[in-house]
Amino acid sequence: MGVTKTITSKSKTKVEEHHHEHHEESFITKYIFSEDHKMIAKQFLITGIFWAIVGGALSSLFRIQLGFPDMDLTALSPIIGNWLTPQGKIDPEVYLALITMHGTIMVFFVLTAGLSGTFSNFLIPLQIGARDMASGFLNMLSYWFFFLSSIVMFISIFVEGGPASGGWTIYPPLSALPQAVSGSGMGMTLWLFSMSLFIVSALLGALNYITTVINLRTEGMTFFRMPLTIWAFFVTAILGVLSFPVLLSAALLLIMDRSFGTSFYLSDIYIAGEALSNQGGSAILFQHLFWFLGHPEVYIVILPSLGITSEIIATCSRKPIFGYRAMVYSIFGIGALSFVVWAHHMFISGMNPFLGSVFTILTLIIAVPSAIKAFNYIATLWRGNIIFTPAMLFSIGLVSFFISGGLTGLFLGNSVVDINLHDTYFVVAHFHIVMGSASFFGLFAGVYHWFPKMFGRMMNSTLGYVHFWVTFIGAYLVFFPLHYIGIAGFPRRYYSFTNFETGRIESFIDLNTFVSFAAILTFIAQFIFLFNFFYSMYRGRKASANPWKSNTIEWTTPVEPGHGNWPGKIPTVTRWPYDYSKPGAKDDFIPQHIPLSSTKESNMPEDEHR
Amino acid sequence: MNLVIGLILILSLTAIFLFFRSAEILSVAKKRISDSFEDGNNNFNALSGVIFLVISFVGIIWYSYDQFDNYFLPMASEHAPEIEVLFWVTTAITFTVFILTQIVMFYFGYKYRFNKSRKAYFYPENHKLEIIWTVIPAIVLVGLIGWGLVKWNKIMGPPPKDAEVIEVVGYQFAWASRYPGPDNELGNSNYKLIDVDNIVGIDFSDSSSLDDFMPREIYIPKGKPVVFKIRARDVIHSVYLPYMRSQMNAVPGMPTQMWFVPSKTTEEMRAETGNENFNYEIVCNKICGRAHFSMKHTVVVVEEWEYIKWKNSQKSWIEKNPDYYSNFVKNNSTDVAVLNN
Repeated sequence: MGVTKTITSKSKTKVEEHHHEHHEESFITKYIFSEDHKMIAKQFLITGIFWAIVGGALSSLFRIQLGFPDMDLTALSPIIGNWLTPQGKIDPEVYLALITMHGTIMVFFVLTAGLSGTFSNFLIPLQIGARDMASGFLNMLSYWFFFLSSIVMFISIFVEGGPASGGWTIYPPLSALPQAVSGSGMGMTLWLFSMSLFIVSALLGALNYITTVINLRTEGMTFFRMPLTIWAFFVTAILGVLSFPVLLSAALLLIMDRSFGTSFYLSDIYIAGEALSNQGGSAILFQHLFWFLGHPEVYIVILPSLGITSEIIATCSRKPIFGYRAMVYSIFGIGALSFVVWAHHMFISGMNPFLGSVFTILTLIIAVPSAIKAFNYIATLWRGNIIFTPAMLFSIGLVSFFISGGLTGLFLGNSVVDINLHDTYFVVAHFHIVMGSASFFGLFAGVYHWFPKMFGRMMNSTLGYVHFWVTFIGAYLVFFPLHYIGIAGFPRRYYSFTNFETGRIESFIDLNTFVSFAAILTFIAQFIFLFNFFYSMYRGRKASANPWKSNTIEWTTPVEPGHGNWPGKIPTVTRWPYDYSKPGAKDDFIPQHIPLSSTKESNMPEDEHR
Repeated sequence: MNLVIGLILILSLTAIFLFFRSAEILSVAKKRISDSFEDGNNNFNALSGVIFLVISFVGIIWYSYDQFDNYFLPMASEHAPEIEVLFWVTTAITFTVFILTQIVMFYFGYKYRFNKSRKAYFYPENHKLEIIWTVIPAIVLVGLIGWGLVKWNKIMGPPPKDAEVIEVVGYQFAWASRYPGPDNELGNSNYKLIDVDNIVGIDFSDSSSLDDFMPREIYIPKGKPVVFKIRARDVIHSVYLPYMRSQMNAVPGMPTQMWFVPSKTTEEMRAETGNENFNYEIVCNKICGRAHFSMKHTVVVVEEWEYIKWKNSQKSWIEKNPDYYSNFVKNNSTDVAVLNN
């Protein structure tokens, strides 16, 4: 297989020389303005965890409104005082702000930056055998743009008029006109500013990941010897580079409409007793631009998790991942198709129904590579020797969610079925399972699995099991019932159902209470993880060099790798990363750097091609 | 109240910490014999997966059966059963796949849980198997797509020529409707003419506007095609009729439409649901601001003869607002004169 030897020996020696110099690092260059990919990964992770707590707390608040609509929240007024009505209930506009910020934070700040930022940064150099990212400086900038963007978004929660409240999809005209909803004032301005910074960060990060994967692989690390994690991060980065700029242009046109009187999205509007002069714009144009990012975005969110899971399932089943090539092609298939399915979010937006037909066909095609991935995971488990580490449990949980949530996509992707389900709770159930829960589980799996490499210590596995079972059962209890509410035609983004269709007010009161209860409990259970995370960072059991007996080369570094990752020469790779339980071999794993010449007893004719 | 919450918080944190410490001490006390990283909890986790699976399937099947009438709405348009058949076929297929894959996965997890005397089976690929599970989903999907598209084109296609035309306009936070009147033609409208009285901006310089009427509730006839011409005044809204399985966004600056044939009158639905206050309602299904959740409009489905009777009894908008019209004529006299010639 076309062995692409990308590092010329000249540039390699240069890199090594550079890192052989011993340099003293101050606190600032080591922990704050660090150019070390491992430290930047940790910065992304900690910031992501912070945002996940904020996002989760916001969801608990609006679940209280949905599940316990009569509850008096005055007790919380020291924290959320001006968000309450005099009766101690959440204000309807604040409710919209809560769901908007919950969505924005979870999709972008946690599952894009927190997930890709952490694991692409941490694992790409370590698993392909590089000293660091192609550009440490751009990598540092990527984090600091994200940090700035985070600060702006966080400030926006507290400004006059409240944060953006047009839904995380910020469809204009609602998001363009402060007269329409108070969150479309200062809150929306800051949202757009923050997201622009975020996009800069995402682009700097993604360009770095792509360059690093193409150029800095160690000797022998051909493309088809890369672990599936790297394939997933690589394709994710490509998706990001191609789609985030489109969101930036959508945002820029919206900024123009909001502040400079243009009419890209606005036409024929009468609001607040006044006919606006804007004419000729198209509200649908924004939706096309938004979802041109928005749909690849859901794969930007899920692919890294699938990559992480592939690696963990193989390691903990002590078996090669089933159908490695098929997995790689599926990642590419999903990546390519994700660009041509965006308008399935717009079947009933008023666009031409013929366009709907085209997008139905393209959308359902994307189910095929997704199905291949699911089947291959299950085939990997077959006749394995499965060890349920917390990471493995979360990986299996991910596959379970990926199947459950993926299947409901067949309803929503079929335009005619979507007519009745569009914008109902069915959609909420669908994407919270397939993209929310599944990606979150990938994030957790990755943290449990690579914690020893990050901090040189083990996380407590008993707490990990408790965390997994509460979260897994909890997530299903939260999101599965929403399908029923959606089939019954209950719209999403409703503050309350007290005014909804006479006679149906009471249909799901109990179920909603149940869901809220489960949601808040599941959120609280995450503090088990937080405790475990921070406690183990300082007090966890010391890790061994290769605690999971894994094949990938990050485990050949010292337990706590310094700047430059390997103290001596970077290992040379001679085989693919999935030689687990090879017949004839002494151990049930053969790391990638062990040459074929020293494993004559287990070599196979196919090894030449792997 | 604050105190109680605080106490509960402190107590639960203490409990968690104690639990954690004891678990940690236990794990140290347990001597590790095996050289693998299995820590003695494997059987527990493998078995829990199976138990979780069984309990959740029982729960899902019980709830789906027991609460069917609660979540499955009666159907009130002629195309609704066509959508629902496809919905339930998709449900049957996906639910089968869902059950099978989850069973297989958790069963494998249990059956092939770690055993130090066993070695996993080195099985990197099987092209035949992979082709099978690529081709079968592809064929099933082609079937679902084909079926869906035939129905989609019919439901979203042009409405029949004899359809009743009704204009529906969404604005924060209510709906308005306008009927064409005896001439069966909706007059023009212009958003710049909107004001407190003329809430949808009817343009009275168009003579076909003169007999248009705007009722308080939308009446539609059972068994006759109805087409909603949809507009929005300010932000995007969505006309959603869950019982009719019909939905279409209302977009400012871009008129949209949807059509359907009502198949049950309000009275019939009241009898069927046993709720004498039942009414069909357009509910707004696109986030539109503060009162999005209460933006709705009553739709009354009646027999065709009742509909004709009701329609004939409606007074045109200008009859109800003579002052507005006389002012309009005064301000636009030249235009109207030209048109009337």
